[in-house]
Amino acid sequence: MTKKIKNLNLNFGPQHPAAHGVLRLILELDGEVVEKADPHIGLLHRGTEKLLENKTYMQAVPYFDRLDYVAPMNQEHAFALATEKILEIDVPIRAQYIRVIFCEIGRILSHILNVTTQAMDVGALTPTLWGFEEREKLMGFYERVSGSRLHANYFRAGGVHQDLPQGLEEDIAEFCETFPKIINDLESLLTDNRIFKQRNVDIGVVTKQDALDYSFSGVMIRGSGVPWDLRKSQPYDCYEQLDFKIPVGKNGDCYDRYLCRIEEMKESVSIIKQCLSKMEKGPIKSLDGKISPPSKKEIKQSMEALIHHFKLFTEGYRVPRDEIYTAVEAPKGEFGVYLISDGSNKPYKCKIRAPGFSHLQSMDYLIKGHMLADVPAVLGSLDIVFGEVDR
Amino acid sequence: MKNLIDLEKKINSELTTKINRTEIKHNQIYLETDKDDLIDVVLFLKTNNDTKFRQLIDITVTDYPEKNQRFEVVYLFLSHEFNQRLILKYTIAENEIIPSITSIFPGANWMEREVFDMYGVSFKDHPDLRRILTDYGFEGHPLRKDFPLTGHTEVRYSEDQKKVISEPVKLEQNYRNFDYESPWEGTKYIKEELDNNDKKN
Repeated sequence: MTKKIKNLNLNFGPQHPAAHGVLRLILELDGEVVEKADPHIGLLHRGTEKLLENKTYMQAVPYFDRLDYVAPMNQEHAFALATEKILEIDVPIRAQYIRVIFCEIGRILSHILNVTTQAMDVGALTPTLWGFEEREKLMGFYERVSGSRLHANYFRAGGVHQDLPQGLEEDIAEFCETFPKIINDLESLLTDNRIFKQRNVDIGVVTKQDALDYSFSGVMIRGSGVPWDLRKSQPYDCYEQLDFKIPVGKNGDCYDRYLCRIEEMKESVSIIKQCLSKMEKGPIKSLDGKISPPSKKEIKQSMEALIHHFKLFTEGYRVPRDEIYTAVEAPKGEFGVYLISDGSNKPYKCKIRAPGFSHLQSMDYLIKGHMLADVPAVLGSLDIVFGEVDR
Repeated sequence: MKNLIDLEKKINSELTTKINRTEIKHNQIYLETDKDDLIDVVLFLKTNNDTKFRQLIDITVTDYPEKNQRFEVVYLFLSHEFNQRLILKYTIAENEIIPSITSIFPGANWMEREVFDMYGVSFKDHPDLRRILTDYGFEGHPLRKDFPLTGHTEVRYSEDQKKVISEPVKLEQNYRNFDYESPWEGTKYIKEELDNNDKKN
């Protein structure tokens, strides 16, 4: 007698700790082997792009914090760069260094979260505890510079909102001295760990060709051996003047991507150090009074400054009719903004290109033929944050 | 090709009538084509040895409700080899069905689904054209300019029916879209006058 075997459909999420947010994954299983995965996304869709069309350029910045909420300032950077290019304004050099420092802090924030939670997904708890202690320090830097730990709203078209408070430079420099030791500690726990390797090596392999075809970027494409980093290939702000390396993987599996992220954190520390040593005193935002609001002190003394302040915070500034695509190398990959301005004080359209969207799309292709237990490992190494996938 | 101007020439000479307009600005190349030539153009851009736009970055649509050809479909491409970005565009009317490029770029799948969801533009030969970002059973296309910011329906948990129900949006106060543009230079008739003067000069 033959038994009839039917494939099992399993609903993974939307509330599952290993789903890294609100992902609903419909898995078709043959025994324990995944035959098909159908991700249902959009549970965190807040209509950011629609909202942006109804806000002035200055009001739009906070919405970018809420996309990839583990590295908020990297997103703001893309929008600031896009507006700057259309407005054709220059950013003072000190502002560029500050922005790069905080982008690299964002990269470390994101990579710590990813590396450690992915380790937790495959069974290691300690890295998370160690890593989050460091994240706490970094978010402290965020708070000191912008007033909030997560949703910073710090970058502006033409520079940043405020100068660094006293003592912050020294504290960041001190962090750069102590943090490499923590990376080494994390590595000693994970890199040669037998269980970690069993769960990650040769899992979720992406070939070079597929990485291109599926619109991968960031660590996902570098892990497969394509040396592509926008900080090097299409440098923005002061990245051109900095000396750093781009770690590239070989096999394109989860383990290589983990190694890339670890190395990138080390490079980020070196970038921050270089910025701190090169940074000099100076203005931190564009000196164009029609774009950057005047300081509080000026408002008290100058009528013109008061008018500028009033105009900027009610009407905002107008951006000439143009369209542009600008991308930055966010921790998760290429984060882009396709901005269409119509000469008014609000964007006509602002399409956000989130790297996670393309990465998650390939879930079906990556997981086919793997075991059910590999789903969290692959999902973890894709580095998904739903704020940006769902927008 | 490394040089943008050479690249523009190359594309123009190879594709001739299939390209309506080319432009270089912001270090990127902007192409305009027609719906019917899309597949040919995309295939050329991907496979030709002088272009090699082998990565699709994004697909999106811009809505101009006042125009006859209401939607402008936009494709963003990237060439790793030559470090170039290309923006390909064409316009369509409201109910036109456009060709899918999923067979050329598998990564276009979700991007096209998103366009379908947000703008209601349908794709021919798409393997799985479902809504993606909006809720199950959602109606309307949120990113169209005539869709209100507050939406049409809201959901809540109904204690009586013991389930989540959706009902028309009720707001204590309607969303107010203030026009802060300065009346001295911002009002429409003066803007038009200024534009006309610019053209005359």
